[in-house]
Amino acid sequence: MNRFAALLEALLLTPSRTGKLRLMGEYFATEPDPDRGWALAALTGELSFAEAKPNQVRALAAARVDPELLGWSYDFVGDLAETVSLIWPVAPLTASGASPPVPGLAEIVGNLRRAGRAEVAPLLAPWLDALDPTGRWALIKLVTGSLRIGVSARLAKTALAEWSGVAVDRIEEVWHGLEPPYQRLFDWLEGRRPPPEIGDLPTFSPLMLAQPLEDDDLARLDPVDYLAEWKWDGIRVQLVARAGNKRLYSRSGDDIGAAFPEILAAMPDEVTLDGELLVIRNGEVASFNDLQQRLNRKVPSEKMLRDYPAAIRLYDILRAAGEDLRPLPFAERRRRLEAWHDASGPHAVLDLSPLIPFSTWDELRALRDRARDHGIEGLMLKRADAPYLAGRPKGPWFKWKRGALTIDTVLMYAQRGHGKRSSFYSDFTFGAWDGDALVPVGKAYSGYTDEELRRLDRWVRNNTVRRYGPVREVAPGIVLEIAFDSVHRSTRHRSGVAMRFPRIHRIRWDKPCREADTLEALERLLN
Amino acid sequence: MPIAPHPPETWIRPTAAGLYCEPGDFYIDPQQPVSRAVITHAHGDHARAGNAQVLATPETLAIMQTRYGGDAGGSLQPLGYGERLRVGGTEIRLAPAGHILGSAQIVLDFHGVRVVVSGDYKRRADPTCTPFEPVCADLFVTEATFGLPVFHHPPAAAEIDKLLHSLRLFPDRCHLVGVYALGKCQRVLALLRQAGYDEPIYLHGALLALTRLYEAFGIALGAVLPASGVTRDSLKGRIVLAPPSAFAEPCSRRLPDPVVAQASGWMRIRQRAKASGVELPLVISDHADWDELNMTLDEVAAGEVWVTHGREEALVYYANKRGYRARALTLIGFEEEE
Repeated sequence: MNRFAALLEALLLTPSRTGKLRLMGEYFATEPDPDRGWALAALTGELSFAEAKPNQVRALAAARVDPELLGWSYDFVGDLAETVSLIWPVAPLTASGASPPVPGLAEIVGNLRRAGRAEVAPLLAPWLDALDPTGRWALIKLVTGSLRIGVSARLAKTALAEWSGVAVDRIEEVWHGLEPPYQRLFDWLEGRRPPPEIGDLPTFSPLMLAQPLEDDDLARLDPVDYLAEWKWDGIRVQLVARAGNKRLYSRSGDDIGAAFPEILAAMPDEVTLDGELLVIRNGEVASFNDLQQRLNRKVPSEKMLRDYPAAIRLYDILRAAGEDLRPLPFAERRRRLEAWHDASGPHAVLDLSPLIPFSTWDELRALRDRARDHGIEGLMLKRADAPYLAGRPKGPWFKWKRGALTIDTVLMYAQRGHGKRSSFYSDFTFGAWDGDALVPVGKAYSGYTDEELRRLDRWVRNNTVRRYGPVREVAPGIVLEIAFDSVHRSTRHRSGVAMRFPRIHRIRWDKPCREADTLEALERLLN
Repeated sequence: MPIAPHPPETWIRPTAAGLYCEPGDFYIDPQQPVSRAVITHAHGDHARAGNAQVLATPETLAIMQTRYGGDAGGSLQPLGYGERLRVGGTEIRLAPAGHILGSAQIVLDFHGVRVVVSGDYKRRADPTCTPFEPVCADLFVTEATFGLPVFHHPPAAAEIDKLLHSLRLFPDRCHLVGVYALGKCQRVLALLRQAGYDEPIYLHGALLALTRLYEAFGIALGAVLPASGVTRDSLKGRIVLAPPSAFAEPCSRRLPDPVVAQASGWMRIRQRAKASGVELPLVISDHADWDELNMTLDEVAAGEVWVTHGREEALVYYANKRGYRARALTLIGFEEEE
């Protein structure tokens, strides 16, 4: 347990992605089975103990420590695992004069998985006695199920890939057929056994992703070679049904099916589909904000299901009736998709993303520029003869986003960045005029060059009027031209609006800030 | 306890300017300029500039002169540890507080009643200052910076080992350690030397003058060099000490791939370390931790306890529960830096 705890602590405190990957790689290389497998399960969010609750931990601490003092400490520290790990009194030595034995990770996991609700606390107490503060912190994080150490499941799998030399997409392919503590996986990654068989399991197939279309790309591309579709403003998903098992995966391979029961219920068997998850009302795609309501819920209420009906707009088929279709050209897969859709219908929540007929790039550009509908971000161009390839190959697929909207705003607050940027004020909050006052309308972290960042940083330091911890409020003085994809109503923002993908387009050193745009101008861009 | 003829609250009290001793007509660690000030130690939130008369240990006065120059006070009167001085009706003695060089508890006797004002203090060994001397008191006025039971400072030597271990692990990276300029900086230097580290240690410009002053008081800190004007490559594998505020300064960008560390009692709380961008938290404190605060009450307090700055409510609650007459004094102006 001590090594796992040290890993979690190091991951929390290491800001850089490469640093986190190295820490996990070292751990996988040196920690024996099955502990490293359980650690992997914890890092990928595959481990949960239904009978262990934060309240049990709190009650255990309140039995050992004065509850008033526990309360003040919790108020000050703000995190249960941290508070209890620090406040837990040092355990008395055992009769033989030794410290109590430190439990192993596998022992902890095994016992907790078997434990009923009433057995959790009696298990935890002696472990908390035996562990040091870092060990206690890690144990409480583990049992209450929220690590919050800045590691995604994808990053943990990437660490496995970098350590073992096996491509991360190969790991993703077999991942959902594996169970913690992943002995079979480690045997394969260390060359002792062949890759695991996927069999009839509804596993995730790594996605094919598109390159952004650059300005000069079109000149080199022949319209005859490509098919076009709308690029929908939802989230990319993969539907997998095999032998009666159905899964809905996000683009990173997380199983999000529980949040969308109506999709799972309507899904035919023996197929793998690629499409866009959207909220669609009466045939109209709703804003991304509406989809966000559903994504925020682990399990939706009846009302959520009614008010935010989810659907999937399909654009590819990877597998049908036991046949892997990924080697086929896109045009052929598209025919198979249409045929499958016809044959298996009618469908309540699955429709087809239409192909857009065109003959020249100019024609397509005009279509793209006119498209201001909800739910359309731009266009997708897909080579008709390209097979389905995992990753982001250069050439077969392009995303051609519609032109961004822009607005002139005034810099209001700046915050220091992280990692390499930790000594720079690099996160900027900007506002629009509402009468004589500026109202914050968004935040941008990108879109400037290194030189511009240095200049902005210097300007912020010289024009600070107030400090709030890491945040500086600056006098109005710089106009930032912000590019963004769309703007929506939001009750969570003071301005009442929220932008999608705001980034700094230009820094208007020349422009007087009184001439920046008004909140009203931004509201006119609502769709 | 017999009822004293002159109970403390009749002759010492909190005011807007600070704790005021009436028969001596002086303030302890006043927050605004006064005619007569007695200063526990030279940290900026306790020792303000511009008082007419200042009484403190010679070390504290020297630090104040280094920091404030001619503004340190109209007249400066040194009083060494253990020496006694009559001021008005009271007798003053300064007892070591173990916090930083020159730090003192103010011991006040008035008609057989004794008040001890701890200032900031710690109970751990510190090679850069005289250890805390317990002095029994009818009224003990204590700090409470780390007055919550989540604060247990680990042994400082083990934290220094963490730093040295990281240095071996990343020989091509510079280790940038955030330290408070007065006290923590010099203690970390001394602890590194105690641990056998005898390479030169590089200091941010803001730390140099006080470090030289410590050396002038006979505290050996080994080879200490300014970090400015040194090439980037020559700082690889080196330790650079800087005030935490310097992390945000442009000069920190010159350092070769720094491991950011910070030496402070607050580093006990991981999320606090994380939020300040610290990768290597070193829990090294110049204050008493929770157990030490309570142990000190048991050693010195005869009955009455006033708790000044920090997390007063928990220490007041717990002291009352353990039979003391404790109350919180709300004194403004003290900071949480350490």
